[in-house]
Amino acid sequence: MSAPAASSSGTERLYWLMMLAPCVLLALFYLAPVLNVLVLSFTVPRPGVANYAELVNNGAVQRVLWTTVRIGAITTVLALLIGYLVAYALLHCGPRERQVLLGIVVASFWISALIRAFAWVALLQSRGVVNSLLISAGVIDSPLSLVRNEFGVIVGMVHYMLPYAILPLYTSLRGIDDRLVPAARALGATPSQAFRWVFLPLSLPGLIGAGVIVMIFSLGFYITPAILGGGRTIMVAEFISVQISETLRWGLAAMLATVLLGTVLLLVMWLSRFMDVEQALRK
Amino acid sequence: MKDTLVLDKVEKRYGDFVALEPTDLTIGAGEFVTLLGPSGSGKTTVLMSIAGFVSPSRGRILLDDRDVTALPPERRNFGVVFQGYALFPHLTVFDNVAFPLRARGITGEAARSKILAALEMAKLQTFAHRYPRQLSGGQQQRVALARSLVFSPELLLLDEPLSALDRALRKEFQTEFKSIHREVGTTFIYVTHDQEEALTMSDRIVILDRGRILQIAPPSELYERPATEFVAGFLGKSNFLRGKIASAGRGQVELHMPGFASTAAENGIAPQLGASAVAALRPEKIRLAASANGTGGSPCQVRGRVSDVTYLGASVEVELKLEDGQPLLATVPAGQRSFVEGEEMVASWEPDAAILVRPSEASP
Repeated sequence: MSAPAASSSGTERLYWLMMLAPCVLLALFYLAPVLNVLVLSFTVPRPGVANYAELVNNGAVQRVLWTTVRIGAITTVLALLIGYLVAYALLHCGPRERQVLLGIVVASFWISALIRAFAWVALLQSRGVVNSLLISAGVIDSPLSLVRNEFGVIVGMVHYMLPYAILPLYTSLRGIDDRLVPAARALGATPSQAFRWVFLPLSLPGLIGAGVIVMIFSLGFYITPAILGGGRTIMVAEFISVQISETLRWGLAAMLATVLLGTVLLLVMWLSRFMDVEQALRK
Repeated sequence: MKDTLVLDKVEKRYGDFVALEPTDLTIGAGEFVTLLGPSGSGKTTVLMSIAGFVSPSRGRILLDDRDVTALPPERRNFGVVFQGYALFPHLTVFDNVAFPLRARGITGEAARSKILAALEMAKLQTFAHRYPRQLSGGQQQRVALARSLVFSPELLLLDEPLSALDRALRKEFQTEFKSIHREVGTTFIYVTHDQEEALTMSDRIVILDRGRILQIAPPSELYERPATEFVAGFLGKSNFLRGKIASAGRGQVELHMPGFASTAAENGIAPQLGASAVAALRPEKIRLAASANGTGGSPCQVRGRVSDVTYLGASVEVELKLEDGQPLLATVPAGQRSFVEGEEMVASWEPDAAILVRPSEASP
């Protein structure tokens, strides 16, 4: 009687020991720096909430935050729109086409953000492929400015975020009972009504989930906006980097990092509510 | 005739695979017709062709002489109860039932009274504001039924609606489907692989196997006069006597088996003398006695040893092993006598009990 109990409590102790190592690692190299950033934001250059006052007083900081939120929101909407179409196609195409499509989606994970950003610069610059084609086709006379501005940043970010939208959306859409749309049709709904009244409402939890994931990533984007924005469209991550390595205003940088982290945490908490909803809808 | 549904040589092929051979079927207004067959028999293909989800490779579907073959499902005005119910999980019971009315542009008070009537018919008044996931299987079934009847469809198509329910509930719904059918008067076309459901509810049963209709008849006729060996075996239990035709005439034949003989009804099969033939003999038509004295002098009798006894409450199923090794199943009322394995018995039956059927291999 007591032998198995003793051995099970021994096993339990072993599990705790095994969990201890990663916990210590996380505490040392993750939690400590984050706490340090939090402390810095209240103590540098002098103790107080002066850094946080910049949120209200400093026009440049406000502009950067507004740019970040605006680009994040536009990226999220576009990535969801395109991602939904791709996920819907994945759901309804044949098994061979699905394999190829999924392969393409997953393959884009393997190419680094840096290479992709430079690829977009090559494509979008004034003498790039897109402008050359448009000029030779006679559509435009002088090159469009497609890069080193907000447009370029959004193109690069949407492209980068698409797999993060497609994969969770596809998983979520696949969970919708495939008899529901035929049932709606049998009850008299046209294909468009069946989509609007049944399929779309049931994909909402998936859309919100994917949207929050894309939004969270978008807020912290660094490389893509830094390269495609060309110093003119500045998002918060790049701004923080400049404060740390060039203007040496660590307190301001720490404050912005804390605000960013807080926003992301709030979004994650919000996301977890919708994940529960999704579970509930699946009977 | 009004609301008559006609399938005119409807056929469905997927490449080389034939899901449904050219099929003719006429279903009258207000009928309760069951499509019965094992999986892969084509019964669901027939139903989904009528519903508009499967477009026939060839043939026409007519309703009141109106060709509906090319109409999309939403323009056929048929109610469909799907396997697993397919209720909309994001809508309440009320909104689920309101769905077909909303699709037809019926809203407000007109819709409300129809919905309430449908909910009352399905005994769901108190569940109107619940979501499907908060309901039991039986209640979900009622919602599906109310939802597909609320718009007074010309036909109600039911695809194995009871397969997810337990036995007691299935029984209850069989009675309920029948009474709702009587009440609303709509034509019901019901697909199942459960012979009991088919026998208890239907006006007529259509038996399908391997993409073909084998027989269409009312339940009692189908049971008493099965056309083929498959029908006799699929609908209830049956013994099959395989022998040679020894004589024929006046609607009866004499069939010689190794060691015994039996008369059998001709059943529309024109038998040739000396040809091999199969007769179906229902187990409940067989009497068992300890000796030939107890057989009442019937010429149809055979000796065998009891090889298995199954007690079924009201009756006892006794399996005999005949002298040539063939089994013979007899169902006799319980409580008359006890049966011991290995005991020798004489089985006998009335001259008109056995009936010739087309052997399965030779079915066209």
